[in-house]
Parts: sequence; C-alpha cells; structure tokens
Amino acid sequence: MDDEVIIGLEIHCQLNKLNSKLFCGCSTKHHEAEPNTHTCPVCLGLPGALPVINKKAVEYTIMVGLALNCQIAEHTQFYRKNYYYPDLPRGFQITQYDYPIAADGIITVDTDGHERTIRIRRVHMEEDPGRLVHQGSIETSKFVLVDYNRSGMPLIEVVTEPDLRSPKEARRFINKLRNILEYLDVFDGSLPGALRVDANISLRGGARAEVKNISSYKGVERALLFEISRQQNMKRRGVKVVQETRHYDDERNCTITLRSKEQAEEYRYFPEADLVPLSVSGWQHALKEKLPELPDAKRERFKGQYGISDNHAKVLTAEIRVANYYEYVASKIDPLLAATWVADYLKGELNYRDRDIRDAFGPDKMVYILQQFRSGVITDKGAVEVIRTLLDEGVSPNGEPRSEPQDVIRNKNLARVESDVTRTACAEVLKENVAAIADFRSGKAQALNYLVGMVMKKTRGRADPAEVNLLLRELLECT
Amino acid sequence: MPAASSYAESAQRTFERIEKSKLNAFITLNKQQALQTARDVDDGKVTGRLAGMTVAVKDCITTKGLQTTCASKILTGYVPPFDAEVVARLRHEGAVITGKTNMDEFAMGTSTESSYYGPTRNPWDLTRVPGGSSGGSAAAVAGLESRMALGTDTGGSVRCPAAFCGVVGIKPTYGLVSRYGVVEYANSLEQVGPIARNVPDAALLLDVIAGGDPKDSTSVAEADKVTYTDHLVDDVKGLTIGVPEEFFGEGLDKRVEKAVWDGIMTLNKLGADYRKVSLPHTKYSLSAYYIIAMCEASSNLARFDGLRYGLRTGKDENWHTTFSRIRAEGFGAEVKRRIMLGTYALSEGYYGQYYLKALQVRTLIKNDFERAFKDVDVMAAPTMPAPAFRLGEKTDDPLSMYLADVNTLPVNLAGIPSISVPCGFAGRLPIGMQLMGKFFDEPLLIRTAYTFECNTDFQKLPEGF
Amino acid sequence: MITEKDVEHIGSLACVDLTDQETELFAKQFNSILEYFKELDGVNTENVEPTYHVIGLTNVFREDVADESLPQEAALANTAKKEKGFIKGPRIV
Repeated sequence: MDDEVIIGLEIHCQLNKLNSKLFCGCSTKHHEAEPNTHTCPVCLGLPGALPVINKKAVEYTIMVGLALNCQIAEHTQFYRKNYYYPDLPRGFQITQYDYPIAADGIITVDTDGHERTIRIRRVHMEEDPGRLVHQGSIETSKFVLVDYNRSGMPLIEVVTEPDLRSPKEARRFINKLRNILEYLDVFDGSLPGALRVDANISLRGGARAEVKNISSYKGVERALLFEISRQQNMKRRGVKVVQETRHYDDERNCTITLRSKEQAEEYRYFPEADLVPLSVSGWQHALKEKLPELPDAKRERFKGQYGISDNHAKVLTAEIRVANYYEYVASKIDPLLAATWVADYLKGELNYRDRDIRDAFGPDKMVYILQQFRSGVITDKGAVEVIRTLLDEGVSPNGEPRSEPQDVIRNKNLARVESDVTRTACAEVLKENVAAIADFRSGKAQALNYLVGMVMKKTRGRADPAEVNLLLRELLECT
Repeated sequence: MPAASSYAESAQRTFERIEKSKLNAFITLNKQQALQTARDVDDGKVTGRLAGMTVAVKDCITTKGLQTTCASKILTGYVPPFDAEVVARLRHEGAVITGKTNMDEFAMGTSTESSYYGPTRNPWDLTRVPGGSSGGSAAAVAGLESRMALGTDTGGSVRCPAAFCGVVGIKPTYGLVSRYGVVEYANSLEQVGPIARNVPDAALLLDVIAGGDPKDSTSVAEADKVTYTDHLVDDVKGLTIGVPEEFFGEGLDKRVEKAVWDGIMTLNKLGADYRKVSLPHTKYSLSAYYIIAMCEASSNLARFDGLRYGLRTGKDENWHTTFSRIRAEGFGAEVKRRIMLGTYALSEGYYGQYYLKALQVRTLIKNDFERAFKDVDVMAAPTMPAPAFRLGEKTDDPLSMYLADVNTLPVNLAGIPSISVPCGFAGRLPIGMQLMGKFFDEPLLIRTAYTFECNTDFQKLPEGF
Repeated sequence: MITEKDVEHIGSLACVDLTDQETELFAKQFNSILEYFKELDGVNTENVEPTYHVIGLTNVFREDVADESLPQEAALANTAKKEKGFIKGPRIV
C-alpha cells in the first residue's frame, strides 16, 4: 500500500454555455432532444460540408487559460486526429496538437489541510464526437445506436502534468476546475455529459494505464481506486503492468481492456487545412478585464470583508452560486452568523441530500429564517427544522418553494415556547424522573443532559436547551 | 436543325443529344428539374445571368436532392440534403442544371477511366480519354451536351480535360471560389473552375461562382470587387509573357511544343513581349503534389464507412471489420492506392520525411513563381505534355499516369490561377495552352486568353458534332 | 522497402480490406512510387517554412448564433440502417 500513486488527468469539458456548436450553427441545447435532431451537414460529416470556428468558443477557451494561469499562444491552429470509430462522423476529430491555445498553467488544490500546486500542461479546443448507445454492455451489445446530436459540441481539454497523488486529490482537482469554469460562466457541470475524464495512472516505477470514459464526478475517484488496486494486485502477484488503454465501466465499477485489432494508436495528426490559423493572443488583455473574481481571490476577500474564518471562506467560495447566495444573506444580516448558517447548516443539509444550491430555497428565505432565529422567535433547532422541511419539500414545478418559512414555523409549531411553559415542563420532568435526580446529586453530570433531553422531548424541541439547562439547575438546587 | 425557339426546347434537344450520346459524360441526369427551370425562364419566372443556359456539374459537387456519387460505388444512392455554394449560385442565376458529370473516382485521376460508371470518351476520338478528372464536364461541353460545366481542379483536373477536349478551363486562385459542398479530395489544393467552349462563357461562369462564402473559412471576398466579363478585352499590348523553360522539358510532344510556341508568338504579334523564365523547383512538383494530395485524401475519405450514407452491404460484424469490408467494396484501386499511401506517409516516423518535406518543397515552388512574377505578367506553357492518350494506355502503371500531370500540378501547389485555352491540333486531337497568373489576377488571364481566342481559330467542334 | 505485411498493416490503419492479389500488386506499386518520391530527399529545405495555407489567411470565425438543424428525417434520409431515430451501426467488440 506504500506505492506512490502518480496520476495525470485529461479533462474534457463541454462549453455548454455557448449557443452553437464549435464548427457549425447547430444548437448546443439538445440534452433532452430526440436523437439526430440537432445535426447539419457539418456535424454529420456529410461530404463537402466545411467547419467554421465559433469565435466565442475561442474567447471562452482563452478565458479558461487565463483563469488557470496559462500562457496564451501567439499562434494556434487546429489539427485532424485521424481514427475510425462509429461516433466520429468524418473519420477524424478536429482538435489541437502542436500549438494549443493555452499552456503552462497552475492551480492549487486543498488536500487534507494543505495546499498543493498542480501544473496544467495545456488547454485546447476540440469537437465532441457523437454519442453511442449500447444494448447492455459495450462488450456484449450486438449493435450500436448512434446519435450525432453531441457531435461537434465545443469541448475544452485540460491536461495536467502527472502531479496528482491520490484519487481524492484528483476528485478535488476536478471539483476545483469545475468551479472555476462555472465562475467563468462558460460551463454548466450539472448537465449530462458535460464532463469526461481520461486518467493516466501508474505506481511509481511501473507502466501506466490510461483509463478512458470516466463520465461522472464520483466515477473519477471510483475508477482511480479500482485501477490502483488492480495495479497493486498485479504487482503483488509479480505480474507486470502493461501500458494500455482501459475503458471504465461505470455500472460495474471496473476498468476493462477493449480488444480490437485497430487498437494500434496511430492518430496521424496533421493540420486541418479547412480552417485557417489563429492569431488571437492579442485578445487576452481585453478578456482579462472581463474575467470575474475567481475562487481564490474571492476567498481572500470574504475573509477580509466579512471577518469569517478561512474554512468558512473556502466552503462559501468553492461554488459561484454558493458564494452569491452567501453574499446576499450577509448583506442583510450579521455576516458571521450568515457564514455559519450557509456554510455549515445549509451546505451540510444539501450535501447530505446530494443536492446543489440551485435546488435550495432562495437566499431571501434564508435571511427570514435567520431573522426569526436572531429575534428569538425560533430556536436554532427550529431554524434547522425549517431548513430541512423546505429542502425536503423541494420546489414546485414552477420553480417556487412549496412553502414559505413562516408556514413551516406555524404548521410545525416551531415558535419558541414561553418560559413558563418551559418551567412547567421542567417541573413535570423532574417529577417523572426521580432516579435521574438521584444520579445527578450523586455527581453524575450526564444525568442533567438526560433531563434536558426529556424536556426538549416534552416541548417537541421548541424550548431553548440553554434555558432548559439553567431552569433545571435552578429547580434542582431549590428542592 | 433550326435554332430552338425557347429555352425549354433547347434544353429538350440537349437531353435528346445526351441520351443518344456515346460519350458517357453524365452519371446522373437532372432532366425533369432542368426542363422545369427552362420553362420557368421562358415564362419569366426565373431570371439571372445564366437564365436558361445549360450547365453540367461535376459529380463531386453536392446537389440538393440529386444523387452525388463522386463516380464511386461507395456513394451509390447518396442524395445530399444541401447544395454546394457554387450550385446555389448557379440556381440563383437561373442556370438549367443538366446533370452530374462523370469523373475519375473522387477526382483521383487524369483520364476519367477510374469512374465506377465506366470511362468517358473523348468527343474528338472515341478511342481516347477526355482527360481528367473532370472528363465528363469537358466532354459534355465539347460534345454540345451542355453549354458550360463546373469542374474541380486539384492538380489539373479542369485544365487537363479542357486541353484534351479542345475547350476552355479555368483553375481559379485558391480561395476565390467557395469549396462548401465540394467533396474533398485534397482540400489544400482544390478549387472549382468553369469549363466552357469560349473565354466569354468561362468568364461569365466564373463571375457567378466566385466570391467569399462565410461557410468556407478558406474563401476570400476578392472576387466581390471584380466583374470578370468586364475584362473580355482584345488587347495584350505591353504585357510581358514568361515562358518557364522547365515546362518544356523532356517528354514534351513536339506537336504540343510547336503549337504552344506558335501561341506565344501570336500573342507577341499582338503586342505582348515574351521572355524565358526559370522555375527551378518545378521538377519536384509531382512528388510534392502527390504526397500532399494522398495524405489529405487519406483523411478526407475516412468518412466513407457506409454508416450514415452510401454503400452498406453485407452482414454486420464488429465495426472495424464491417467498415473495412464496405470500404474495400466501395473504393476502386486508385482510391485505395492513394489513401493507403497517404496513411503510410502520415504515420508516425514518416510525417517529416513525406508530408512536412512536401509542404516545404511547396513553399519553394510557390517562391519560384513569386520571384518569376516580378518580371512577367503572365506565363504561358503547355497544359499537357501530349494530346489525349488512348483508353487503357496508362491504367496499369499509376506512375506513368501521374507523370501526365507534370505541367498542371505546380499551379495548384502555388495556389495561383491558370486558364487553359485551345491553341492547336495534333492531327485531329486538340492541344491546350495554359496561361498562369499572379494571385487573384484572373482578370488579366481572361484578357490574355480572350485576346488569343479573338485572334485565332482553334474553337472548333469535333467531327460529327 | 514496403513488404506485403506492411501493406496489410496500412490497409488495417486505412480501414480497407485487401485481397492477396491487391496486397501483392500494391506492395510493388508502392515501392516504385515511394522510390520516385525519394527525389525530395535531395532538396535542401533547411529553414524553409512549410506551406499549410497557400494564401495566408488568419482568424476566420463565425459568431455564436444557433441556426436551424436538419429535421431528423433529412439527417437520416441516406442512412441504410436506423432504429428509433438512431443510426444503427455494427457492434463495437
């Protein structure tokens, strides 16, 4: 288990915020469309059709390059990568090879408390192939169904140096990259097929395997863990790991070799003469101006401006939507309180439900909940209950929350009970739990916690536990 | 036969001639639509610069709703859902599109013998080839089966058949005409060009097809500023004509040499000066051209796998086996040779030796022209080193076929324009002279060719036509 | 020197099945054609830039505007085998 793991990633992200494909005018909005309804002669590869570069795709890629601290190339051009496959309508993919648009960048990734710098080798543009649908698994399917709606979707490929050292770090890297792209508003990582990863993995000193076809965020870590243990098992058995390309099967969570006689990797790259070279490094100054505040900068600003902890600032700035949500809440109510409630409670409840901040209620409702908490109308438990209820109810089809926080407070009787009600409940509990009183008096401090719990139960959580604690002590001391 | 009284009648007669023809100039006819267009022109419903004129279109140029095969079995039954830009322009100007003309399979050839649909014959001698690869287009024009035609010229494929069939053919500057919808063979070299019986018709057709197209990134708006028919001027006084000595080298037919020199002397008598120039890298054109063309072809023809369109025969096995079988069945020998050699030349370890080297030699060839054009306005040379050869004469020896292109290839490598005009006969076989110009200097080429045509008498009809 | 085995390998890369006769013939023809191409070895191309684009254009783009696509029926009109709007292809493995 002590083998050092070496991982390099090639991450393909669809620039799905663009209106049209990379080389033709077909719409990029086809995620729920019938197959082969978003194609044209260009992306179907009909003979004679010619590609023309989407200018905005180039601008977006330069923005990504700048955000990843890359150098933007003076001269860049497209190449043909020649290989046959049913999803590739021209028998070649238009991509970049020599002269990628951006290269030599870095980003930092937090790994268990310390930051590591991951080098970015290059960022380039390319077109997506079509989508293949197999009957059952790829190995046993009797035929393949092809949908070219995806063909020609604009992709960027971000290639790292082999700087990653664990599957977890790889996942964090990918999350960070996704967050940066979403900050730039060039990418929506929640759409199906938005992200695909090829990973090169080796144990130090061993041959490396390339695992292709990882197409979910969770899949990255799983695929890497599987592949590492496969290589470790081979090593243990004294079998040599061969350099090969493996295919990740998400459903079975394993990597497999695809045996086929065309496997010889010969891409015969050469310049795409149907497109002319680009000389766009001059655009970077204007694009730099347009670059939004990025996660790391925002994290520093949040710490300074709101006085919140580094950990809160990190959680709140990871995703642009969370950051915006927080800033709205912090503009209406104590930023420190807002940080705790958005970063710890709301994010915690969302993570528990495997949901996104977009699936939550609006920040104005969060402000209302915190105002009710601050003014003592509800307890912190009550506030958490409102948050949970709203999240569990979800949103109605028109995108509105099903209830307002005030409805939840009313319907669930969450308003904090008055002190005399609490006092009565405490007295009752003491009457009903003589044994616990004896325990407390004999020095068992946890007996008090038990009694507090019983009071909370009796008041269905609407009492303030601190107040209950005080009242119980008071009552115990006078009797 | 009396002159036709309407475009419809004229088109009808054209189709009667085509249907009786021995030339095999067409693969697919567009009779119904063509006759309808002609009637619409008669009725005034359709107008334009080509209104009512019959135009044949090479079968590698995409036509919406009309089968486009590139003379290959692999595209059997392929009916494109879109028009090439040049075809859209023909339609816009009211042209009567007669049909799709025969060619060498995927434009790879010099004789129109590699067509899956059988060879086209030369109207001047049915035992001889019409040249290629746009042999159907040139034969159709020479044989009165259309007034004009579109061809494509990758390494001489407009000029060679124009010369062999005694008609006029223009290879425009790379980028002057949109390639959108032209099925690619060697995309860094090819252009669509007009073929016609005389220079004015060729210039008119060029006017229609030339111009920038946002769908073709390599096209330029240069032609939008020019009207080529305005340059049909009978005057070459003061021009300097360069005579590149390398084009008159070993293997040149004596009759061709004489006819072309006579042509140059004719221009000289009309007031043009001439001088010999040297293009020292010309001899490397053949290798450079074939390497580039084969490499590009290997990639351009990768899309033909039977999946989305075209030939899909037999029982499916795994995809590689299935594609390989369909491509083996669908492509002819010359296409296989070129895509395989291209695949080889692009593969790892050979890229530098072949493709990159060829592109560097291309630079040297282009530089030769640029240097020479500092001293001369146009250049004149034989289009083909010999008149039309016999059917079957070169089919067993690919290299000897390639060698026939030796004078046309440098023009494509340099990207410059060229026009081939009839300049004499070897027996009854026509001879072509090619005039070459600077980038986008089609106006001067048209003026020179027009002057030559006005003052000579080589525009003849083949016997029996 | 290209052997028949090389020709078969190239055929596989180019996705073209070859008969034995073709393999034999192509091996012979490829050797003579490649022999001819060797003349380029003698050309001094040191410091000569390759010509990728003969007229030297740069920066040709389209704007990011979505146009109409082909209707599914037109997109599949030339397809021999199809199923439920998909193109049906041969199996992968």
